[in-house]
Amino acid sequence: MERTDTPALLVLEDGRFFRGSSFGATGETFGEAVFSTGMTGYQETLTDPSYRRQIVVATAPQIGNTGWNDEDDESRRIWVAGYVVRDASRVRSNWRSNRSLDEELRAQGVVGICELDTRALTRHLRERGSMRAAISTTELDPDVLVQRVLEQPRMSGANLVADVTLTAPVVIPAQGTRTHKVAAIDLGIKEMTPELMARRGIEVHVLPATATLDDITALGVDGVFFSNGPGDPGTADEAVSLLTGVLDAGLPYFGICFGNQIFGRALGFGTYKLKYGHRGINQPVQDRRTGKVEITAQNHGFAVDAPLEHDTPTRWGAARVSHVCLNDDVVEGLELTDADGTVLGFSVQYHPEAAAGPHDSAYLFDRFIEVMDAHRTTGENA
Amino acid sequence: MPKRTDISSILVIGSGPIVIGQASEFDYSGTQACRVLREEGYRVVLVNSNPATIMTDPEFADATYVEPITPEMVEKVIAAERPDAILPTLGGQTALNTAVALHESGVLERYGVEMIGANFDAIQRGEDREKFKAIVDGLVIPGVNPESARSVLTHSLEEVMAAADQLGYPLVLRPSFTMGGVGSGFAHDEHELREMAAIGLAASPVNEILVEESILGWKEYELEVMRDKADNVVIVCSIENLDPMGVHTGDSITVAPAMTLTDREYQAMRDVAIAIIREVGVDTGGCNIQFAINPDNGRMIVIEMNPRVSRSSALASKATGFPIAKIAAKVAVGYTLDEIPNDITAETPASFEPALDYVVVKVPRFAFEKFPTADSTLTTHMKSVGEAMAIGRNFAEALNKALRSLEDPKAPFDFATPITDDVDTLLERASRPHDGRLQVVMAALRAGATAEQVHEATRIDPWFVDQVVQILEVARRVEQADALTPALLHAAKRIGLSDPQIASLRHTSADVVRGVRWALGIRPVFKTVDTCAAEFAARTPYHYSSYDEETEVEPRIKPAVLILGSGPNRIGQGIEFDYSCVHAALTLREAGYETVMVNCNPETVSTDYDTSDRLYFEPLTLEDVLEVYHAEAAAGPVAGVIVQLGGQTPLKLAQALKDNGVPIVGTSPEAINLAEERGAFGDVLAAAGLPAPRYGMAQSARQAIEIANRIGYPVLVRPSYVLGGRGMEIVYDDDALTGYIERATFITPQQPVLVDRFLDDAIEIDVDALYDGTELYLGGVMEHIEEAGIHSGDSACTLPPITLGADAVERIRASTEAIAAGVGVRGLINIQYALQGDTLFVLEANPRASRTVPFVSKATGVQLAKACARVMLGSSIAELRASGMLRPEGDGATVVEASPIAVKEAVMPFNRFRTSDGENVDSLLGPEMKSTGEVMGLDATFGTAFAKSQTGSYGGLPSGGTAFVSIANRDKRHAIFPVKRLADLGFRIVATAGTAQVLRRNGVDVTVLRKAHQGDGPDGTPSVVTAIMNGEIDLIFNTPQGASADGQPRRDGWSIRSAAILRDIPSITTVQGLSAAVQGIESANAGEVGVRSLQSWNAAVDAELAAGSDQAAAR
Repeated sequence: MERTDTPALLVLEDGRFFRGSSFGATGETFGEAVFSTGMTGYQETLTDPSYRRQIVVATAPQIGNTGWNDEDDESRRIWVAGYVVRDASRVRSNWRSNRSLDEELRAQGVVGICELDTRALTRHLRERGSMRAAISTTELDPDVLVQRVLEQPRMSGANLVADVTLTAPVVIPAQGTRTHKVAAIDLGIKEMTPELMARRGIEVHVLPATATLDDITALGVDGVFFSNGPGDPGTADEAVSLLTGVLDAGLPYFGICFGNQIFGRALGFGTYKLKYGHRGINQPVQDRRTGKVEITAQNHGFAVDAPLEHDTPTRWGAARVSHVCLNDDVVEGLELTDADGTVLGFSVQYHPEAAAGPHDSAYLFDRFIEVMDAHRTTGENA
Repeated sequence: MPKRTDISSILVIGSGPIVIGQASEFDYSGTQACRVLREEGYRVVLVNSNPATIMTDPEFADATYVEPITPEMVEKVIAAERPDAILPTLGGQTALNTAVALHESGVLERYGVEMIGANFDAIQRGEDREKFKAIVDGLVIPGVNPESARSVLTHSLEEVMAAADQLGYPLVLRPSFTMGGVGSGFAHDEHELREMAAIGLAASPVNEILVEESILGWKEYELEVMRDKADNVVIVCSIENLDPMGVHTGDSITVAPAMTLTDREYQAMRDVAIAIIREVGVDTGGCNIQFAINPDNGRMIVIEMNPRVSRSSALASKATGFPIAKIAAKVAVGYTLDEIPNDITAETPASFEPALDYVVVKVPRFAFEKFPTADSTLTTHMKSVGEAMAIGRNFAEALNKALRSLEDPKAPFDFATPITDDVDTLLERASRPHDGRLQVVMAALRAGATAEQVHEATRIDPWFVDQVVQILEVARRVEQADALTPALLHAAKRIGLSDPQIASLRHTSADVVRGVRWALGIRPVFKTVDTCAAEFAARTPYHYSSYDEETEVEPRIKPAVLILGSGPNRIGQGIEFDYSCVHAALTLREAGYETVMVNCNPETVSTDYDTSDRLYFEPLTLEDVLEVYHAEAAAGPVAGVIVQLGGQTPLKLAQALKDNGVPIVGTSPEAINLAEERGAFGDVLAAAGLPAPRYGMAQSARQAIEIANRIGYPVLVRPSYVLGGRGMEIVYDDDALTGYIERATFITPQQPVLVDRFLDDAIEIDVDALYDGTELYLGGVMEHIEEAGIHSGDSACTLPPITLGADAVERIRASTEAIAAGVGVRGLINIQYALQGDTLFVLEANPRASRTVPFVSKATGVQLAKACARVMLGSSIAELRASGMLRPEGDGATVVEASPIAVKEAVMPFNRFRTSDGENVDSLLGPEMKSTGEVMGLDATFGTAFAKSQTGSYGGLPSGGTAFVSIANRDKRHAIFPVKRLADLGFRIVATAGTAQVLRRNGVDVTVLRKAHQGDGPDGTPSVVTAIMNGEIDLIFNTPQGASADGQPRRDGWSIRSAAILRDIPSITTVQGLSAAVQGIESANAGEVGVRSLQSWNAAVDAELAAGSDQAAAR
């Protein structure tokens, strides 16, 4: 890539601004400024639908070194509203690379900015919280641009599921012998999720967020999965009622990220916005039952408000916090069991499918299978 | 899970003397471990023979044994202390091997000592290549195919040759259980293979070599892994080597984090690393796993693991802020990672993986200039003696900072010197890995080579090559711009160019560039190493500079003292100086100052964020230090800057710092100059009536010969500006002198050569003293065991002096005081004297903390460096006596019956180097320092102390057997007595014909061996070299014949000493050394050699001193 000398401007809603150079597409973009601390995996991050309408700041200072390949996308497109890096690589070096990051950003019209103090920006977001922002190569007056930022909607109250979900169902066949069938509700699903299920013999029916309980039961699935996704879980009433129906139907449930928040709401808990969220691939989460720590990939700005100290009774059974983030005690997982202690459903706030991120939590997909198997057995017994 | 309460006392083993491959990083690890274990309430017993370490300071352990790290001696410590557990994973390969030996001999079981950190089986699985390979190849990980290089384990030359037939050339040889890769390397053909296999089989304690397929040129990575007993595993750091496979990681330029891996590839590597640590069974603690990746298809090979804290762990700790050794010690005593707080954030736990928002580059520092015949090609056998690390917000900035941190004028990229070689020649040179390869890469690019050509020639990843190209592009813009605009200047700084580099591109001075830069407000900001990429607030001010927008230096109220460290370890300036800097930080913090450390050496205790209140990981150049000073002066009051403790590196910045308004405390820069400048120093000596050897300064061979004939041979010749004795030689006649001048191309009229009268048969004496302007405190008087002429850093010495009378000591005291007062010292001064007959000559004076300060401090139980720091900030010696920091009466030269005899012995790196023909480099000692480290032997008598020092430094003196003797004519008279004594002790004496004749006439029974150059006789009589190689010789005494005109020592002596290195046989090259050795052998043979802790020695000394002052009071 030829380094452009096109100036670019990033402005935050509180008026702080950073000048830099254009990177990727030129133009103007708006979104919620958030930072991600992963040192690898920008391709997966950029194509993660959960980043819809967010301007992502990479804290890792040199980005683009391995270019862009045709294999690592987590969805059909780049979702971030804008990309902020300190130093963008002008060459790419990797045997799997097909083009440069800059080329891909331009091709997809994603506005970026580079050569600014990303650490100062990150510290600002840490201290003041995630906030609305803009990147522009056309408006270089911060006073003007900040006015436009203030006209943008906030992330709190945003319902973005419709933006990212599929319009028609897709079936991901099981790899090898099919042992289970699962309905996966696409609230912004990443491709690695059905992939990891398929590797375990699960046939995954990825359904649009508009799917109904009837659509699910008609498939005769062994379990239901709700994916990650963007926006404020407080607005996702349709998903909550769908999940309530699933639980009433006695179908085993597994949820990731947004799917954890929906589960929380279905169980009667509230959700709230974190000051600056958890975004990175180094977050320590403890399984409260075993005491074991897993290093997890995370990308969430909202969290479930559930008590750590005690179980909470629900109409299906006892709900409890199964995982916590060791950095700040944020709820990272929920579990619902019936009176016998049989797990009816569980979910995690973090990303066991990783991509990008460590594979420590992949066992949760095995646990989903165990839960489905246990249900099958009890179902047969019943 | 809380810490273990079933153990209360833990034995920690250090790593012994600093050698190539095992340096001060293990002092850093060990110090952290001792600190943590004591904080946790355990009784810590420490064994380490290296007095220059912080960990052997008596306050870091409950019982500190400065004793040789051999299974025999450690067993004695175990018997005396009865520890419950032994922690062997923090003292490098030395500690690990010792613990393994103690396990195998049943000692640990006998005394009920549990190995913690890593158990015996895990160590075996990690270190035994066959077992490790089987583990790797047997791992089952979804989506990953873990494999190790195809290889064959061999135990004989025949097996090696068979393996070659199977695997094809080139091949890699890896002998088992050797440290730092001794004996390993590439064999490209049968000839090389045979030669290397012989060396490798000998180097391996189990006579075992792994022969494996070549993965030369692949990308190389390392992961630092940490595990606790609950099986929580984290990756602390990923490291990518800029130099592709084929260069030892210790000799490679390395980068953290890995720069050219996608997440999929990184996670596959992470999965394999975690599976390995589990399968090997390192239950608790850190380990290091190395990987190679084929750049064409991504095939990943696991190279090896270290089931212990390593050099890379120290680097990773400094690079991330995650203190691996400290955490390793905590998990070893039972904590789980989630129970341990992350010091830096205070709020989050250690069970996480650090995220970096900066780039770290480490560059090795070599010492090939010290071994001119050594081959500088880099292989899998480590050759560097130190390293510098730098942190920047991009790779190029960090690389440029690291290169200038090396303090080698050839290291920073040179854009100005015209290039005379063509592209092909330069690419050819760049294709050979050697020190300075990256500078050749830059030259090739300047000459017009493309990035692709450089990649093809070097196999350096294209991403890294492009970074170098970008540096060149910015340099060219700086060079070609009509005016140096603010934007361009900022771009130059952002990519890491220094003011001097910009100055040379703009044909101006660095001062001018700095002035312009400051006037434009283009100054670095200081960011923080915080383990978490700013996700959480950092509590530890661990800073690095970068050209960015926002600085993070917090204001403060307490006055600060800046301590300038000593930069990368090198021969002549190593851990001893770091020791003094750390002591200054510790004592000044106690004294109410805010201590600010500036250093760039990742191996040290000084660059631990725990050591000082603030740490700046920065190059020690004028530009970088001025920026740190500027930032700190803006943050609050600065009481002063200490330049006296970090060796020559900070000392030579003193004047320029002062000229720029920086307050230097202690001895003034003018006084420093007075001591360094010969003429001025001569005036000080003359005023005090002190003699110095006669000398002259020559600009040509003829002048030098005139001077030599005037002052008399032998003479010591050296360049007038000299670092660590570089380029020094002793010559005995006109021919040799002419040869020296002809070879010494560095001599110019501006850089004349000094010709000193060399004092034959003199006793050399080293003194460290403290002076506050009114009172002198003699820290210690050391008598060298070798005669004058051998660099003091290479010479064994004893404290107290064993042959000096009280009157000599008094004269030394008076002379030292006169010099300290004459120079104007406020703090420490080191003076070297030579006593020839009755005349005490002054050889040189260094107004700074010397290499021997830690040795003296440990031998006398007085912390000289701490006292020095206090004196520099205004305390008087009287006050320090009153406060207990110095002895209340007398000083380090006062005779105390209860004090031990301390012997320091130097450790040489000769076995590390080969000539390009594969031969050993000469092991002859001279006025140029060659040792990398030192050990201390402590005992009540000289003989035993000396024997311990020999055991600690190279394995020890023989108790009997055959001694080979070959003595230069001038030494024959003096050598007869000790050789005779050797014979009386039961040694069989063999000698060359001339020596044998002399010995026979003196009643010694001698067998004659053929001389080396004669070769083996037709009747099968072996030459001396054959006898040595056959293992028939146990001790070699061979004094050199002096250098001949071509500068090459006589060939015979050279081959004898080389053979001695190969066979690891003690080789003594001076008569004084032989006398000491004979005493040592006598003592060792006379009976049990005991062990005693520093604390016990110090208590006895304190009691005697107290009793003495009581008596004085009673009188």
